[in-house]
Amino acid sequence: MNSFAANSFDLGTMDALAAGNTPLHRLDARAKLLVTLLFIVTVVSFEKYSVSALMPFVLYPVFLIAAGDLPAGYILKKALWVSPFALSVGIFNPLLDRQIVLHLGEFGISGGWLSLTSILIRFALTVSAALALVALTGVNAICEALMKWGVPRPFSVQLLFLNRFLSVLAGEAGRMTRARALRGFRKRKMGIGTFVQIAGHLLLRAVDRAERVYRAMLCRGFDGRIRLAGHSHIGGREVFFVTAWGALFALFRLTNLPVELGYLLTRIIE
Amino acid sequence: MNRPIIEAKELCYTYPDGTAALKDISFRIAQGGSVALVGENGAGKSSLLQHFTGCLLPSAGTLSIKGTMVEGKNLKAVRRAVGMLFQNPDDQLFMPTVFDDVAFGLLNTGTPENELETRVMEALGTVGAAHLRARPPYRLSQGEKRAVAIAGVLAMGPDILVMDEPTSGLDPGSRRRLIRLLKTFGHTKVIATHDMDFALETCERAMVIHRGRISADGPARVIFSDKALLERASLEPPRGYGPTGCP
Repeated sequence: MNSFAANSFDLGTMDALAAGNTPLHRLDARAKLLVTLLFIVTVVSFEKYSVSALMPFVLYPVFLIAAGDLPAGYILKKALWVSPFALSVGIFNPLLDRQIVLHLGEFGISGGWLSLTSILIRFALTVSAALALVALTGVNAICEALMKWGVPRPFSVQLLFLNRFLSVLAGEAGRMTRARALRGFRKRKMGIGTFVQIAGHLLLRAVDRAERVYRAMLCRGFDGRIRLAGHSHIGGREVFFVTAWGALFALFRLTNLPVELGYLLTRIIE
Repeated sequence: MNRPIIEAKELCYTYPDGTAALKDISFRIAQGGSVALVGENGAGKSSLLQHFTGCLLPSAGTLSIKGTMVEGKNLKAVRRAVGMLFQNPDDQLFMPTVFDDVAFGLLNTGTPENELETRVMEALGTVGAAHLRARPPYRLSQGEKRAVAIAGVLAMGPDILVMDEPTSGLDPGSRRRLIRLLKTFGHTKVIATHDMDFALETCERAMVIHRGRISADGPARVIFSDKALLERASLEPPRGYGPTGCP
């Protein structure tokens, strides 16, 4: 299987995971989306040198992965794929900010290294939580939740189609690269000319295919609204989920738990 | 003939690039009838099928479905009456699970939540795919995908089933199951196909489309035994319909 085909197959894995049947899966998408957004906002709200204060937030993605019966390795692998982006954001921090702000025994750690670490931790937390949310809920249900919140319909429908047509595009790309590989008798790299031609063809084929998918949707009464079966009920469980996690995030944000625990432990030892 | 459920009068369609796909097409199809549309590639079969669901609208002439003209303002009613099965089931399956996919059309037409489960499972049961309800569609075999696509269409309770090359990509076993299934349906069926054996088994009537026009229309057995006619339309008779005619 070439990489395009493998990725196209992989795109559906998130949908397959979202079809699970754990209590977390059954929770209304709006509750999960709201808590995840709260989580992301809280995590990014810390000041730039925060490291230890972020640690308790690991609890949320770990909870989603464990209680949702999600494959932790798969989620981590997905998060790693986008990690170069986070790295590129903070890679120059150690060069730009050399002031020592922390001492670990004899070692002095500069602000740049600390902020880079903080960026990477925040990235790992927020991306893994977002991935776990998609794997537990599915893009369609997230789009439906956004619509119910009053997010403009074009935005949520665009998101829905982006998800749907991404797999269409990946499928077409897979077929084209396979066809090229079968006719390329020597293992020659693709030149820019060939690449441009393939990209152009890919676009035309994907548009054609997307048109057929859209027609099929229209034939079954699609009118721009997303409707899903049995996914929309705010009950006691949803209220508890939002309240409990909201309270925990507030606690994590307002107190530096690892530091407090450290003081407590030191006092006990002394 | 019974009251026609589909009626085309001098239907013409020209694509925006100027290609005339359909020219003066006129026919009537009675309720419960089964019609095979046969013809070479590019003859106009798919263009005609797309008119049945209003995906294409006539450039000239008229097409009516259950007495309703196929035009912009009536598309909702037309699409409730016609269930379209696309050539590639992957074009038609876009929800995360088989259940959600079959429920897609029902939810769009306002089916109450309490009826949904029954109707989805009924449709899946009809095509023998009830066990696939929780599976993601993209991981099914071609035959299973076809069955689920049919279930998605059947669930909406259409009067007319329109199918574009339903046997393409199917192995012989899946093809045979599809034939058996279609024979149990009382719907009006319009099937565009190159599979002449399939057409002969599932349809009592055949229309030959050649260069955008209907070049022959009549009982399938008669049409398929006219070797000269089939040759003119770049078709071959079904197996067993040798030079001596009917088997």
